[in-house]
Formats: sequence, structure tokens, C-alpha cells
Amino acid sequence: MENIILPLSYLIGSITFIVGLKMLSHPDSARKGNLVAAAGMTLAIFATIFLYHDEQGNTLGNYPWIFGGLVIGTVLGTLAAKKVQMTAMPEMVSLFNGMGGACAMLISVIEYHHNPSADKGMLIVIVLGMIIGTVSFAGSIIAWGKLNGKIKDKAIPGAQIINFILWAALVVLAVMLITGFCATPVVFYGILAVAALYGVLFVMPIGGADMPVVISLLNSFTGVAAAFGGFLYNNPVMLTGGILVGSAGTILTMLMCKAMNRSLKNVLIGSFGNNAASG
Amino acid sequence: MDFLQNLFSDPATYRLLTIVILSIFLGIEVIGRVPSVLHTPLMSGANAIHGVVIIGAIIVMGQAPSDDYLALTLGFLAVILGTLNVVGGFVVTDRMLEMFSKKKKK
Repeated sequence: MENIILPLSYLIGSITFIVGLKMLSHPDSARKGNLVAAAGMTLAIFATIFLYHDEQGNTLGNYPWIFGGLVIGTVLGTLAAKKVQMTAMPEMVSLFNGMGGACAMLISVIEYHHNPSADKGMLIVIVLGMIIGTVSFAGSIIAWGKLNGKIKDKAIPGAQIINFILWAALVVLAVMLITGFCATPVVFYGILAVAALYGVLFVMPIGGADMPVVISLLNSFTGVAAAFGGFLYNNPVMLTGGILVGSAGTILTMLMCKAMNRSLKNVLIGSFGNNAASG
Repeated sequence: MDFLQNLFSDPATYRLLTIVILSIFLGIEVIGRVPSVLHTPLMSGANAIHGVVIIGAIIVMGQAPSDDYLALTLGFLAVILGTLNVVGGFVVTDRMLEMFSKKKKK
């Protein structure tokens, strides 16, 4: 009997995410939709803490650490979210998004540290989850800094070429690690460093006014990173939650661009073009 | 190649893959016609939902051997960050929407 409660909670969690998103997209039901999703999330979290067990039937341990983390996060998160001024909300969203990305990144790091010689499928999931989480984390922090004026828009000469080199480096390093050609922790942390650098350079040249669009895009990145976590743990609620945000976030990004009468390409590449023209 | 083989022969993986495909289309459909005033709250709400990554942090934390201090420290950090994402995300969204409904009443 007990072993159906966890999958059932996950199922309910997934449904509340879908219903919540649906309600969030209508003015009258939006606020309730947010609460519905929050309730489903709470259920899924507590069901995981108390009922999760691995294939050998071992339940989770380290409860003091888990609850300590939950309490600290809840207090800090509530305070930050309550105190923030109305005008500063987008940068708060960006910061929270970065936290989610960092969380996905840390999960991958720990999993790799536990099992550096996992099979190829697992390594692919771990590495991709880490790359996307890290890009999202680094990008969100830059976006946050830009919105509150700490970081100025900066034209980087040859940004496109640098980004291309970083992409190539990511692919080469990831292939080296996954095929086992050179599977050392150095390569793994190299991937992390390159991904972080890419995240920074990705957001750096984009104009401050376009920041909400970029945050929305990074938001969907974090969703995908969360979904890789779902693959890692065979966890349906992480998978549905993550992918839903990934796809809904991507569509939302496009809708936001449309509302500003611009194309996504324009927002992302446009600033590079301007730099070239002015420089 | 055996990775691809596993993907289709292992029922669990195949099931996850099916969920992915269906969720992608669902995500697109679900917010297909959102009015532009709700763009930011919806982004913020979605931001809170991807905080579901916290479940991964809880699992990794709960499975860490109690003498593996690297995993414990990083896991602890991950749980805090994930909780910040979830709680902060939902509270900020609620505040945005509260402001929204007040405006409407006036």
C-alpha cells in the first residue's frame, strides 16, 4: 500500500503543474493557479523526503541536513521575496532562476563524484544537465546584475567567434569524457568552467531592455536541466515539471519577443550586429 | 550505439521518453494564448515550477554516505538553493498577482 503513495503524489504533482500553468495564463484564475502548483510541489517534496527509496529498498538518510537546508531556504526565500520592491521583481525572478540552475549543476557534480565511471547514458545525462544548469546559473546571475545596475552592458569584440570556440570546446570535452577517451575529473570540471564562461558571455552583450526575454529563455533552460535530473533518478515529476517549463518557457520567450515586436534572433544576435556596426 | 539500443529496449527509459515528448506539446498548448500582461507572472510561476529540481537535491542528499563531506556539503547547498528557487518563486509570483488583482479592483 505504502509504495503507491509516492507515485501517486508524483502524479498529483505533475497534474497540479499542468493545471497551475493553465490557470496562470488566464487573468481571473492566475493567482489560484500559482497556489495550486505550490501545493503540488509541497506534496511532491514531502512525499520524496519520507517515502523515497532506491531499488534495494533503502530509504533516505541525513534528515537533519535535508530539513536544515529546507528551513534555511524557506526563510531566506520568503524574506527575499517579501522584501523585494515591486520594480525589482524581474531581477528577483532571475536570481531565483539562477539558484535552480545552480541546484541542477550541483546535483550533476555530486553524481559524477559518486560514480565517475557510470555507463554512457548516465554520463550523457549528468554532463548535459550540468552544462545547461551551469549556463543558466551564470547567465541568470549576470542578468540579475544587469537589472540592478551592478553590471553594465558590455560589447565584447568578436563575441560570436568566442562563443563558437566555447561551443566547440564544450562538445570536444563532453565527447572526451563520455566516450572514456579522457575521463578525468579535470575534464569534467573543465566542462563546468567553459559552460560558466559561456553563460556569462551569452548574456553580457544583450541590452538591459531585452533582459526579461533573456530571463525567460534562461528559465526554460533551467527547466530542461531539471528534466535531466528526472532522467537521472527516473523521477516522473521532475521530468514533467522540467519539460513543461522548458517548452512553455520557450513559447513564452517567443511571445514576449512578439509583444515587443522583435524576433528572438534579433534580441540574441541583434546586439552583436550593433556592436559590429558601431565598432 | 548501445546507448540508443538501451533507450528503446529498456521500458523505463522508453516511458520517460514518451513523457518528454507529450510534455513538450502540452507545455506549448497550455500557455498558447496568454495575454501579454501575464507574461511576467507566468514566467515567474514557471520559474517556481522548475524548482522541482529540489527533489533531485533531496535524493542526492539523502543517499550521501554520512562520511562523504564533499557530497554532504554540496548537497546541503543544493537543497538550500533549490528551496530558494521554489519558495521564493511562488512567493514572488503571488505578490505580482496580488498587485495585479488590486489594480483591477481600482
